[in-house]
Amino acid sequence: MRAINKILLYIVLLGGATIFVVPMLWMLSTAVKPIDQAMSSPPQWMPYEWIWQNNDEELSVGVAEMPEDVQADTPVQIDTAYQWRVVLDDEPVPVSINEPISTSSDTLASITANYHLYANIDGQWLLAKAENPESLLTSSEPVSIVVMDKEGYTFRKTVSPDDIKRTFDLTQDDVRISFGETLQLEVSPDKLNKHYVKWDDRQELAHVLVESHTVEAGTLTKSISPRWQNFPKAITAMGHFGDYLRNTLVLCVLTVIGTVISSTLVAYGFSRINWPGRDKVFVFVLATMMIPGPVLMVPLFTMFKTFGWIGTLKPLWIPTFFAGAFNVFLLRQFFKTIPKDLSDSARIDGCNELRIFWQIVVPLAKPAITVVALFQFMATWNDFLGPLIYLTDQNDFTLALGLQFFQSQHGGTQWHYLMAASALVVLPIIVLFFLAQRTFIEGISMTGLKG
Amino acid sequence: MTRGERHNLYKGLAFISPWIIGFALFGLYPIFASLYYSFCDYDVLNEPVFVGTLNYQDMVYDVVFWKSIYNTAYYALFTIPLGMMLALLIAVGLNQQIVARSALRTVYFLPSIVPLVGVAMIWLWIFNGEYGLINYALGWFGIPDPGWLTDEHWVKPTLVLSGVWQIGGTIVLFLAALQDVPKALYESAQIDGASAPVQFRHITVPLISPVIYFNLVMGIIGALQEFVRPFVMLGGPGPNRSALFYVINLYQNAFQYLNMGYACAMAWILFIVIILLTWGVTVISRKHIYYGGEG
Repeated sequence: MRAINKILLYIVLLGGATIFVVPMLWMLSTAVKPIDQAMSSPPQWMPYEWIWQNNDEELSVGVAEMPEDVQADTPVQIDTAYQWRVVLDDEPVPVSINEPISTSSDTLASITANYHLYANIDGQWLLAKAENPESLLTSSEPVSIVVMDKEGYTFRKTVSPDDIKRTFDLTQDDVRISFGETLQLEVSPDKLNKHYVKWDDRQELAHVLVESHTVEAGTLTKSISPRWQNFPKAITAMGHFGDYLRNTLVLCVLTVIGTVISSTLVAYGFSRINWPGRDKVFVFVLATMMIPGPVLMVPLFTMFKTFGWIGTLKPLWIPTFFAGAFNVFLLRQFFKTIPKDLSDSARIDGCNELRIFWQIVVPLAKPAITVVALFQFMATWNDFLGPLIYLTDQNDFTLALGLQFFQSQHGGTQWHYLMAASALVVLPIIVLFFLAQRTFIEGISMTGLKG
Repeated sequence: MTRGERHNLYKGLAFISPWIIGFALFGLYPIFASLYYSFCDYDVLNEPVFVGTLNYQDMVYDVVFWKSIYNTAYYALFTIPLGMMLALLIAVGLNQQIVARSALRTVYFLPSIVPLVGVAMIWLWIFNGEYGLINYALGWFGIPDPGWLTDEHWVKPTLVLSGVWQIGGTIVLFLAALQDVPKALYESAQIDGASAPVQFRHITVPLISPVIYFNLVMGIIGALQEFVRPFVMLGGPGPNRSALFYVINLYQNAFQYLNMGYACAMAWILFIVIILLTWGVTVISRKHIYYGGEG
């Protein structure tokens, strides 16, 4: 009977633990998958890659379906991705072929390459567009072109041809940039070079074609391969990740400093100095915790608008320099456990109050102060509503708001990048937890002290 | 007041002055301003115009307002009991003599510290209609996709389920309370022949009742102000406003429709409801809470 109970207990606890841990693992798993594996049914836990051993060459290929009971010589259909490349301006450039050609024939192949013009304006290479781009590079007269600056404004400028260069587009994103030009050429088929690309890259590189082959299963190997590059790509896709991170860290540092300084001072005033009416005022402080945030939302917005703080980080950190009731409560509980005699004898020795605060109470209260600092850091890192209300410019967003902004723009398509971006927001907190596990659990228990 | 007392008073006030200034500026003033705005027509751009109780009268006929109340009540009525019962069950389990206890505790606690926007993203992906893990698991039993985030009847259950993931804090509080229950009580109950459920009902529950009360009050306050997860997961009010919770409605009124006066009136109704509910829970539970040392 006891044994059965114990087994039942383990089943319930482990089952529950599995349910609790799966969502996080699924986020991490999706974060390191290519998109076709992220959006596959049935779901796969491990990101993998198919490698096709083609003579001496190893190629990353797509395998839609692996037959069951596969033998080394079982025929399997695979997909490979490749580009036609032509050397232009001394670089191999992906091109599209306008008509089907046979590489053996002598007829010239008609091809198209995409490129952009850049003009050197005061030492900066800016996007440019010309009426007759192809004659531009061979002309020697100054030409009039349209230039687009970094902010997207266009203007007309006359420049020398030496200050104009063309850059061929290698990726789909390059092709999509405005002011795109196409170059039509006729080349001899032997100038065309068939270049295989990684299966993952087929949607990102320019002019990629896919072809199917039937190969022997023995030439294929499946290996586990996490796509770590999803993280830098997600950061790029988010747009202002660097700004988001910087703003979040700036806010975390400022709010932690503000909260720790102000809350310890106020908690000291409510616990270590005996002044008339102190405990009644403290009950009032506790009562203010009952006020729900939404009640203050509109007037605070109006007030910060009058101060000119909307669209800046100020509404998110300046108020923390004025002690929150909850933190004061936590610290006061702790300060009260420090023996009174310590302060009293220091006073007799002529110590002033600030020195007692700084040299006796604060060092002894380090565990509680750590809890307050940790909780404030987390609260700032996680805060969404505050940034949502007060921040207007994407450069000022925090990570939490930036992540939501990214999702609202690319949600439902780039799940692998969304999960990678989410992991970047979530993982620092998880790491912090493992570094300060004891502080966390103590802190949670402290919040329930009053009961 | 003696000289010493006066001296202490000045010192005390000096130390708490950050709170006094902060409360006056970011607490006291906004409260009165909010109360005043709730009787005004106010859109931030123009000066508030006093309209009496018009905002409060409008609420009575505002179907969206009642819908948001219904949604919030539905959510709270499922999330709070479900979350607390599961948390207590898990805490009781973790309080037994088991191996890997601290590892299990970590696993249960960890989701509760995940940033809410991250939580929303994770669950959006898991409840995804085409590639979501949940629908795949349902597929084993031949159950088709109910439309977790697209069918208005399933949106709130989806939010309840994803909310339960974050009960780690509640579990830790229950666990701390359970560890304070004297072992001797269970031993003597065992000698008297009390079964495990009887022990739970008559020893465990009364002794941890202060923490049950605390978690209940915190649960109510939190559930009534639920915002981030539904807002991010549905990207707004959801199909047929099924995820339009009270504070989302309030936020939209304030910052999207610029009905600031109406939003303030809504905030005051919320405040009153929270006070009434907390008071109600306190009165009801007063008879049932056992505080150590009181008897």
